[in-house]
Amino acid sequence: MTWIGWAQIALVLACVIAAAIPLGRYIDAVAAGRVAWLAPLEHALYQAAGIDPARGMGWKAYVLAMLAANAGGFVLLYALLRLQGALPLNPQGFGGLSPWLAFNTAVSFVTNTNWQAYSGEAAMSHLSQMAGLTVQNFLSAATGIALALAVCRAFAAGGVKNLGNFWADFLRITLYVLLPLSIVVGLVFVAMGMPQTLVGAAGATTLEGGTQTIALGPVAFQVAIKHLGTNGGGFFGVNALHPFEGPSALATALQIWAQQVIPFALALTFGHIVGDVRQGRALLGVMLGYILIATALVYAAEAGGNPLHLAAGVDPAQGNMEGKDLRFGMALAALFTASTTGASCGAVNAMLDSFTPLGGLVPMVLIQLGEVLPGGVGSGLYGMLVFVLLAVFVAGLMVGRTPEYLGKKVQAREVKLAMLAVLVLPASILGFTAVSLVLPSAVSSIQDAGPHGLSEMLYAFTSATGNNGSAFGGLTADTPWLNTTLGIAMLLGRFAYVVPVMAIAGSLAAKPKLGASTGTFPTHGPLFAGLLAGVILILGGLQFMPALALGPLAEHFVLLAGKTF
Amino acid sequence: MTAILRPAVAMVLLLTALLGIAMPLAMTGIAGLVFPDQAGGSLIRRDGRVVGSALIGQAFTGPRYFHPRPSATAPEPYNAAAGAASQLGPTSAALLDSVRQRVAAVGGPTVPADAATASGSGLDPHISPENAARQIARVAQARGLPEDRLAALVAQHIEGRELGLLGEPRVNVLRLNLALDALAGT
Repeated sequence: MTWIGWAQIALVLACVIAAAIPLGRYIDAVAAGRVAWLAPLEHALYQAAGIDPARGMGWKAYVLAMLAANAGGFVLLYALLRLQGALPLNPQGFGGLSPWLAFNTAVSFVTNTNWQAYSGEAAMSHLSQMAGLTVQNFLSAATGIALALAVCRAFAAGGVKNLGNFWADFLRITLYVLLPLSIVVGLVFVAMGMPQTLVGAAGATTLEGGTQTIALGPVAFQVAIKHLGTNGGGFFGVNALHPFEGPSALATALQIWAQQVIPFALALTFGHIVGDVRQGRALLGVMLGYILIATALVYAAEAGGNPLHLAAGVDPAQGNMEGKDLRFGMALAALFTASTTGASCGAVNAMLDSFTPLGGLVPMVLIQLGEVLPGGVGSGLYGMLVFVLLAVFVAGLMVGRTPEYLGKKVQAREVKLAMLAVLVLPASILGFTAVSLVLPSAVSSIQDAGPHGLSEMLYAFTSATGNNGSAFGGLTADTPWLNTTLGIAMLLGRFAYVVPVMAIAGSLAAKPKLGASTGTFPTHGPLFAGLLAGVILILGGLQFMPALALGPLAEHFVLLAGKTF
Repeated sequence: MTAILRPAVAMVLLLTALLGIAMPLAMTGIAGLVFPDQAGGSLIRRDGRVVGSALIGQAFTGPRYFHPRPSATAPEPYNAAAGAASQLGPTSAALLDSVRQRVAAVGGPTVPADAATASGSGLDPHISPENAARQIARVAQARGLPEDRLAALVAQHIEGRELGLLGEPRVNVLRLNLALDALAGT
């Protein structure tokens, strides 16, 4: 680790926070319907779709509308992927995807996971990338933010049923937040070197007389929303490592900014919606603290290098460079890795499968903690609020009072639903991993022998259930078993999680909002932030300890002992 | 049921037309007008022929050129139609063997890490300044040029940190080799 490396990290995070403050206020205004500079387009779309944006929805109606939007997106994307061979904008002449892969990919993009069992430049037509994957990048992000807004409103008022209108939230977030940011960031990306063209590939004659086919496409716009929407699915198979998808250190820094800015802004939006900005700042503080710790751990592990390679004569100055490109530098690779797994993005600018054991442990743990640091757009905030409820419940148990948060009594129903949501992750991750490790057809997908092989499988189900999308890429994921089970894991991680969360929102919204008394536990100070951080670590992390001990931790000690597989 | 499905179907189709067709095409048009070079892939031409992209590494194997980092793309290195990494883990015996072979080929006692490891994209256009410096003697001998002339050329091609802060100092191999050809007057 170097001082100049830490200066890079500090600069990027400072830019994130500086932008999140006004953006958090702006999203609050968008959610309240106070932003209307695209009103003609917005109202034309409502009218064409037969939507009354002023109609309030209870939690069930809100969830049903959300599920219908996502089901519609799934059907359209599945059809596009299966039929792309017969559709236009396919300069490379790619055929349709297999049913397994199309199912997995459609689920993946609809759930904001963007797990990719294919390699974009070798499988996807431009039409699939644009009208299929890019569109779902927008819609899955808007879905997450809309759900978070509904949950925020449950804390704001007392004795109400109405959580807002899903379609209005969904469309306003798309038109007023995601689209303008994507246009600006996309054009900046082009200026930095990202292609945006309908050409399929360029042919070059190399200086030594060989030929090189250089895959091209409409990259920049898709990559802009890929980061802003914490989707993470790359235009190219090697994701943000591809020089056209991550052309420079400045571009990678802007991508980190884009991944983080909306999730952090939403923590502040929460503060505005509930009428107490300090509450939002406390959540932001916990998120930022974890990201800093995770970045430091990855940075130290990767900058330290692989001891086996150092012993073989590799100069230690650059650190572990297997699976990394030179232009980003180790500091921005570490920050990107913590950011992409903390924020449920899943893009990578360094190949996680080739990380040192401890360097690879950190991204896996960040996902297992529930994707709340700061988490995906929207999903991070409502996930964090689940942990908040559990933290005030724990605090209430300690002092023997009925727990309260922002004047809402947290009772048995909410705590049971919160636990139901939190348990989705270990049930899916550990359950599917365990089954896959005893099925010969699944085990044959593993590339590396030894503890690292277990890590590859554990990471896959961690990433899918956490709706992250990054991978230990040595795993051969394009098989009927993994395409199907990972697809189910993604659906569980998204929908089996959010339905109980919305039920909590419905239940809390109906309760009266009590005023603060002298016995109220303040939830904006360092004491509560520390408690919340502890609850996240213990409730979110502890259940994965045995699996992590057999994977990355075992591998760390094996590596120190000098053993290879 | 229709009350739930109609807005969903209409919204998905309308937003697909807006976000998936109209916007990407508009962005392609604007990008092509304002940044035609970058939007088209930053291609480099010499004597009217495309010889590569400034952003994409290419394979060099002969002694007359500076060599890029090891690449794990298939079927040949630096296949820019299908970027790939080795994805080998830290305790992989196959990876350790490859590293040992590369160290032996470059010559020790120690070798810059970027010369001994495969990049993540398989298309890394850069090498470290130390890696470039280690290759000067070979290229100088193959081209019959004085080493200090090549050292000066390499020094000219070291790109510093972006904005003086971000990333690492590095050398673009294709640009360096193009300058090398221009220098030798071929």
